[in-house]
Amino acid sequence: MATIKVTRPKLTLLEKIYLPAVIKGLCITFMHAIRSMLGKTPGANENFNSSGLGVTMQYPEQKWDDQLPDYYRGVPALVTDEEQRERCVSCQLCEFICPPKAIAIIPDEIESDDPWAKVEKRPKEFDIDMTRCIYCGMCEEVCPEQAIYLRKDYAMTGLSREDMVNDKKRLYEIGGVRTGLVNKWNEIK
Amino acid sequence: MDPFLVLVISTAVKIFIFTFVLILPIIAYSTYAERRVSSIIQDRVGPNRVGIPLTLFGFKKDIPLSGLLQPLADGLKNLLKEDLVPDHVRKFFFTIAPALTAVPAFLTLCVIPFGSQITVFGESIKLVIADIDAGPLFVFAIASLSVYGITFAGWASNNKYSFLGGVRSCAQMISYEIALGLSVIPVLMVFGQLNLSDIVQHQADNGWLLLPLWGEGLTTERILLLIPLFISFVVFTTSIFAETNRMPFDLPECETELVGGYHTEYSSMKFALFFLGEYAAMIVGSALIVTLFFGGWSVGFGLDAAISEMTFGGLIHLGAFLAKVIGFVIFFIWVRWTVPRFRYDQLMKLGWVVFFELALVNIFLTAGIMMLVN
Amino acid sequence: MSDSTTTQLPKDRAAEKGMVNVQIDGHWIQVPRGTRMIEACKIAEKEVPHYCYHPKLSSPGNCRMCLVQMGMPARPAPGEEPTYGDDGYQEIGWMPRPVIACANTVGENMGIRTTGDLVEKCREGVMEFLLINHPLDCPICDQAGECRLQEFSVEHGKGESRFKEDKVKKPKNVKIGPRIRLDDERCIMCSRCIRFMDEVADDPVLGFSERGTHTTVGIYPGRELTNNYGLNTVDICPVGALTSNDFRFQMRTWFLKETDSIDTNCGTGANITIWTRGNKIFRITPRQNDEVNSCWIPDSHRLSYTCPTDDDRLTACLIKADGVHEETCWENALDAAADALKQYDANEIAVIASARQTNEELFMMRTLASELGSDRLAIVARAQTPDEMLVSSDKNPNTTGAKLILDDKNPADKMDAICESIRSGQIKAIVVASEDLTEAAQLTNEDLDNLELIVSLNTSASATAQASDIVFPGASSTEKRGSMINVAGRLQKLNAACIPPGDARVDWEAIRDLINALSGEPSNDTPQSIDQLSEIITKSFDVLNDYTLSKIPNSGVTVIETGVSIPLIDRETARKATGEIVG
Repeated sequence: MATIKVTRPKLTLLEKIYLPAVIKGLCITFMHAIRSMLGKTPGANENFNSSGLGVTMQYPEQKWDDQLPDYYRGVPALVTDEEQRERCVSCQLCEFICPPKAIAIIPDEIESDDPWAKVEKRPKEFDIDMTRCIYCGMCEEVCPEQAIYLRKDYAMTGLSREDMVNDKKRLYEIGGVRTGLVNKWNEIK
Repeated sequence: MDPFLVLVISTAVKIFIFTFVLILPIIAYSTYAERRVSSIIQDRVGPNRVGIPLTLFGFKKDIPLSGLLQPLADGLKNLLKEDLVPDHVRKFFFTIAPALTAVPAFLTLCVIPFGSQITVFGESIKLVIADIDAGPLFVFAIASLSVYGITFAGWASNNKYSFLGGVRSCAQMISYEIALGLSVIPVLMVFGQLNLSDIVQHQADNGWLLLPLWGEGLTTERILLLIPLFISFVVFTTSIFAETNRMPFDLPECETELVGGYHTEYSSMKFALFFLGEYAAMIVGSALIVTLFFGGWSVGFGLDAAISEMTFGGLIHLGAFLAKVIGFVIFFIWVRWTVPRFRYDQLMKLGWVVFFELALVNIFLTAGIMMLVN
Repeated sequence: MSDSTTTQLPKDRAAEKGMVNVQIDGHWIQVPRGTRMIEACKIAEKEVPHYCYHPKLSSPGNCRMCLVQMGMPARPAPGEEPTYGDDGYQEIGWMPRPVIACANTVGENMGIRTTGDLVEKCREGVMEFLLINHPLDCPICDQAGECRLQEFSVEHGKGESRFKEDKVKKPKNVKIGPRIRLDDERCIMCSRCIRFMDEVADDPVLGFSERGTHTTVGIYPGRELTNNYGLNTVDICPVGALTSNDFRFQMRTWFLKETDSIDTNCGTGANITIWTRGNKIFRITPRQNDEVNSCWIPDSHRLSYTCPTDDDRLTACLIKADGVHEETCWENALDAAADALKQYDANEIAVIASARQTNEELFMMRTLASELGSDRLAIVARAQTPDEMLVSSDKNPNTTGAKLILDDKNPADKMDAICESIRSGQIKAIVVASEDLTEAAQLTNEDLDNLELIVSLNTSASATAQASDIVFPGASSTEKRGSMINVAGRLQKLNAACIPPGDARVDWEAIRDLINALSGEPSNDTPQSIDQLSEIITKSFDVLNDYTLSKIPNSGVTVIETGVSIPLIDRETARKATGEIVG
């Protein structure tokens, strides 16, 4: 590392006293406070339904839902395909990749009399612990069957830790149906 | 009526009214003010929700008071939270420390004159709890006790951050007490007495210390004396900032370096007591500045004598006093959100090398002016 | 002298030792004459990808994955003398076409290239062919993570297929035996399973049918793969065509932690790897040890393991009060056991150890017996029919160790006398560890009821545990460290793959604590750790040669000559000698 010599600026007496600078600072904050109360600060009233005071949005009354971008990463959920088949084949790659280890899967074999017996494997239990999830989207990225998606829901609440664990049933409720992605398990293959 | 009985009853009533009716709500609302003012300065909203939660009792709508009940909610929350005492602390000192920081701040209130006097049941009552002849000295003596609370808290927590916070605070308060004490001497020289009620009365009659416009008017002596008195004011105010651990001198609890400083290990009401103490000290500090430099309860402009004639004129004075104090509290808050924190060496240098000498020279300057003019 | 050595050519120097010189990727090395090219590459630390080749099986050379480029010196014309370069080697003439490395042996002055354009193009092509009919259902395939096809696709494959036609449909999920499922679409026709069943298990029930792209591995009509060694085909299957019912869809392999240990179901002590996640065992696979179990293990042993999560495990100390067992803490149970045992004379107490215990635990049992003053210390013999492969006639894994540690030529002999004394009422109290007396010894529940006091150390609620007055929960063989000596006198070690469930303790600790409770004052030389105990044992027995637990090699070491050999290993040695397999 090269040593960089920083020359200290030479201060005048007035600057050394420091008080004028403090007063200047007080003036700046005071003027800003006035403008802020009048709703004239940058950002106010411009974006995101702001309340008019600064850029803050008044959350439960005003929401961001319409402006959520397509790449928004909310609650991860499982999806079924157009024929109500659960896409997940329980390969456990998401469980493996999940950085905070929020996903826990117990695999199960599909019975031979099931119409999708050909797929052979499905999750028996699929739990995502939302107290652990960091919404990184790795699970969606790694999924070879396009079965797990991060939806736009973000308001996850629960009264206990158990409440915050999304089980398979709830994951499918949140996820819903996605069409036309993987054709691997159709008869066409 | 027995004068002793009058004294006892009136003192009890004054203690109750001044501390619980006036100062405690001001403390509570200064936390609210702190949050609202800071948010306004920073383009935010601040607490604007807490109102009367009528929906809890089955009504259709809450009454929103733009967050005015926030301090109540905070207090309730702090009372209801778990009071966690870690295993590794010294329990006795850990427990008394918060009280030791809060109590001195409240004690000092007793010499602050809140107003001139009111006449109740034919008795004229001074609006000060203890009208003693050593007001400023009492304030300094008691206020320096609060350093014990902080030092105890830092040491008893048995945590390196708390300890550093405690050590810093101890050093800082002791350093600035010297400047504080010395800077007030010129003021006392001008007044020639130590009774705060009389000092305020003097200002009411002769013009405020920093605004000597009425009474004797602007004599040469008073104009000349404005210079050392202004220096005194600056040094005194800055030292009060340091004494109360307010920004830009809040190194004992600076979050960026020390997690939370001496109150890292505290929770619930114990934690709240530290804040109570800090804000109480801030209000006492403001009251002292107002009393010494800005005429205390005096309305000024020669109107005080007329107001004092009225039966409840004292109440108008009380209002004037509180208005001034609140103004200073807002100034404190305003400074906090403007000036960045000092470095510790800068802080020490300012205290020992600049303020100490300045205050000392200031005394001689004042004495010289007074001697020369007379 | 220097003249004769300097003029000697490399080929002559190698020939003196029965070696040949081979150039592998530009470096000359010496390998024994008759070595397969693939093994020579392994010696040179060059990896040659392969599917069908397995050192313990014959080499049919049908996967074509191990293609390498080979070269030999030009054959001299009649009368021409071979010319040697400065380094003493002849110039290599490289062949334009590749050869398979698994079925060809090396020759003098041979050159092998495991890299280069030709070899890489060949591998790409072979991979593309192999993947034509492969279903690519890796997300559900159990082999994923340890699949050769996956690994080599990444390392040597093209990344995409030019095959646009429909893949051939073959039978999926075929139950070819009680323990095995076959997925023919995933099969790459390496024939390892067929050769294993034919050559090693000697039960040729598998074979190819159909031809060309329709070739299918199948079971002989009317037969099932019931052989006790059948699950080894699952291990050697390079892809996910054969899967074990036991492990199928239980857990992905990359979550599993591998722990090297040994099998305790019979005296052979087959080397195994225990695959666990958390505190649950998911599967047991054989670990190669050419002196003990080669690469194989019987299904019966593979599938019988005790897991800490099993329902029947004991998880707390039990004291019987009014005929009902009540849970208690270790301190209470140990004190109660010590107090109860002190009520009896030394000749009224018998200590029944077990040859299923490790040497360390047996040593503690011996110490316990001497602490009690009892000379009635026996083990329970447990015999079974050997299968002339890996299953030994001795069902106890550590009989040799028990003989050594208990210093008794046949510690099982005393058991009859003890049983007799129990029946006659002479013995009133017994301490029994890791044994179910009703199952193995000739004792009935009535005999046990005759006893006044039974103190037992058990892993599960066996009949003995039910009858016991005080029960200590112990650890199973997958939960403890320790050493055992197998029937052939080989000292091997167990490693802990899990931790014992609940309050259960590792057995040696439990016995030590009981001894301490009996003596009242623990002496200074009471071992504090298993390593300390192991050191004490190696100092007490010269045979063990200073092989403490940490010094025993992973593949074990022979310490005693017992004259017993393992039939499967004998056969393998014979086949190796004939050159049928590489070994």
